[in-house]
Amino acid sequence: MFAAASLMGTFTQLGKQFDAAHPGDTVKFSFGPSSGLSTQITSGAPADVFASAAPANMDTVVKAGDAADPQDFAKNTMGVAVPPNNPGKVTSVTDLAQKSVKVALCQPQVPCGVVAAEVFKNAGIKVKPVTLQPDVKSVLTQVETGNVDAGMVYVTDVRAAGTKVKGVTIPASDNAATLYPIATISNSNHKSEAQAFVAYVLSPAGQQVLTAAGFKKP
Amino acid sequence: MVTSTAPSHLTARERARRAARGGPSRSVPASLLVPALIAIGFLVLPLVGLLIRAPWSHLGAALSGSDATQALILSLWTASASTAISLVIGVPLAWVLARSSFPGQRLLRALVTLPLVLPPVVGGVALLLAFGRTGFLGQYLDSWFGLTIPFTPIAVVMAETFVAMPFLIITVEGALRSADQGFEEAAATLGAKRMTVFRRVTVPLIAPSLGAGAVLCWARALGEFGATITFAGSFPGQTETMPIAVYYALETNPDAAIALSLVLLVVSVVVLLSLRDHWLRGGSAS
Amino acid sequence: MTHEGSDGLVVDAEVRRGRFLLAVSLMAAPGQVLGLLGPNGAGKSTLLSAVAGLTPVSAGRITLTGQVWDDADAGTFVEASGRPVGFVFQNYRLFPHLTVAENVRFSPRARGMGRRAATSIASHWLDRLRLTDLADRKPDQLSGGQAQRVALARALAGQPALLLLDEPLSALDAGTRLDVQAELKRHLADFAGPCLLVTHDPLEALVLADQLIVLEGGRIVQQGTPAHIARQPGTDYVAKLVGLNLYSGHANGSEVVLNAGGTFVIPDQGRRGDVLVAVRPSAVVVSSQRPQLSSARNTWPAKVAGLTLLADRVRLNLEGQPSALVDVTPAAVAELSLDPGSQVWLTVKATDLEVYAHSERQPA
Repeated sequence: MFAAASLMGTFTQLGKQFDAAHPGDTVKFSFGPSSGLSTQITSGAPADVFASAAPANMDTVVKAGDAADPQDFAKNTMGVAVPPNNPGKVTSVTDLAQKSVKVALCQPQVPCGVVAAEVFKNAGIKVKPVTLQPDVKSVLTQVETGNVDAGMVYVTDVRAAGTKVKGVTIPASDNAATLYPIATISNSNHKSEAQAFVAYVLSPAGQQVLTAAGFKKP
Repeated sequence: MVTSTAPSHLTARERARRAARGGPSRSVPASLLVPALIAIGFLVLPLVGLLIRAPWSHLGAALSGSDATQALILSLWTASASTAISLVIGVPLAWVLARSSFPGQRLLRALVTLPLVLPPVVGGVALLLAFGRTGFLGQYLDSWFGLTIPFTPIAVVMAETFVAMPFLIITVEGALRSADQGFEEAAATLGAKRMTVFRRVTVPLIAPSLGAGAVLCWARALGEFGATITFAGSFPGQTETMPIAVYYALETNPDAAIALSLVLLVVSVVVLLSLRDHWLRGGSAS
Repeated sequence: MTHEGSDGLVVDAEVRRGRFLLAVSLMAAPGQVLGLLGPNGAGKSTLLSAVAGLTPVSAGRITLTGQVWDDADAGTFVEASGRPVGFVFQNYRLFPHLTVAENVRFSPRARGMGRRAATSIASHWLDRLRLTDLADRKPDQLSGGQAQRVALARALAGQPALLLLDEPLSALDAGTRLDVQAELKRHLADFAGPCLLVTHDPLEALVLADQLIVLEGGRIVQQGTPAHIARQPGTDYVAKLVGLNLYSGHANGSEVVLNAGGTFVIPDQGRRGDVLVAVRPSAVVVSSQRPQLSSARNTWPAKVAGLTLLADRVRLNLEGQPSALVDVTPAAVAELSLDPGSQVWLTVKATDLEVYAHSERQPA
């Protein structure tokens, strides 16, 4: 199961529930940036299911013939994460454009980087980050350790981090969303189990876990 | 009575060569040759793969679109700076480990070589916790001097030094242990105080090992990824080293990734070849 | 046996190295060459090491010209680098990464001298030891004899007050050794301070040293002039080692006229001038009658003055022109009925005589 980094918390839980309901099957996860995962899959990595944080990365896999029939199972929007003591005095997303605020972003080719760019375009600001991280979880780490004043992550990540970070809401007018598609991999050796897991994610039980974490319905 | 074995065949040229050299046969026995060839294949084939799949026709275009030049320059100077720092503080440490004895020495040796076995990302996190903005040392740097280390090239140098210095320390410590201390005794009787002995006798005599250790250190620093990206972050021109650039390019522009890898490969081979040559010629003292 | 404020080296100390204990009390006056003789493990190198400051003493003191170098009771210790010592090691230990000139220049530079002054001192010694042509060579390009001279030059260039030589000639082949020995004797004669010379070669000890000290098991078992020790060995080891007949004389071609009386026929090597002739006691044949028509060229009468029973032989002390020490088997003594006062004839082959050039200065 190759899944986007932002799905780490929810999918681990879904995996546990799936295992409990299907004795004899175990779900193993490989989390990472969707862009990196799609490259691995098209290079022949042994994945059974792919859950991407953006349609673009799923399209790459589909075009390469490694997957078919992707289905959107969730939607995510962005939020600003700041350290609990908010050293940069960030109160809105526009504060990120200030030179004195140290910002961590995802690399531009990773979904969370793409969506962040959209948000900045909507808000009409230019943000110069101090670092471009490989995936959204490492952006969160930079915020959690207090190394940066703010990081652009998904709202689900802000929620998952609990007290380790504080969230600054982005107004809906500026915010951008990304759709999460999921699909089974064509040359998987466990087709039926893979399909069963995809079905589980799309089922009410699966969707409940996702909504509880802050994901929106697709 | 022992009889001699049946004779094998030597060509005239082989005869001449062996007569000039002296000593028993030096041809490689099959039981060593076969594993050696496997090793060569294992190490060389991936590089060959790189060369075969390289986008030779549009190499320039592939490179120009990426941050290649910036990343290369950053990588080269940070690796060199890390090696220089490692030499300045690592060689004295190697001397202390090799030549003095004090309680807890074994523990100290284990600690300073820990970065060798530690996953580099863990090293990066550790550096963050010490020197990051809220780190137990970094917080004072921030509040007293307004100085933040992460996200600067200094952080890159620190991360690379952290993972690469132990290579130098281990090499030099080994050389010092096996060095003949008779020369140092002689120098003392000639009136040289300890620092003079160190400068003019000890270090020159371990020069080949010192060189090898420095090359190893430089190579390791050049290829460092995990600690750098965690502690220094990544930003083109500031902290994006070649390995990071290759990793990112792989996701967006595989051709650029291969091209960047080739550049790194060529530069490394050139440096390694020229340095090995220099040290091999420099003499076999000690 | 300590003499406060005395000139020269005074060692009255114990040095403990593991289970080995060296306990000696000795003095070396300025200009004197003190030879240290002894079997392996006797403590000779330990003694040199302690005097040089490479090993501290466990008890007692070492002083030079009244200056305390090491005092176990007072707790004072002068580091090796602080002692004006010139040490010539058995394996020379020439710095392989430096040229001959740089090696010789090392000590003055290390002691703080400026480059120009150090170079001029080094040139002086390179000249004295005929090394100027080799100045730019590296040690691995030198022959044994050349390396030995460089080691000596390097030690002397530091302007030491004391010279320590650890078997300086043992690494050389027999032919080179004799030549270098003569040259070394000249340089030692010119050196103003005391000199400690360790050797296991009795000939070297007799030629180079003014006084001999015999060490065995970390203790001094005998000391005195070489001639005295040879004549009256204190122990079996000394007797076997130092029992050597040494004569000074004047050579002209195939003959040597001995100062002590008598003439030796020697192999003709065109030698002229002052020489030393050495004959081992075991090389002399004793006959009760004058030998007729033998190949041996040297025959002379002598009288038995004394007999000493050694472990496996008898050493005869014979008076004549010249006098000699001769080793024979106990059976031979019985057969020839040798007693003090017996008249015998001594024979030695010319080829059993070792002859070499000798400086004007007589051994003490």
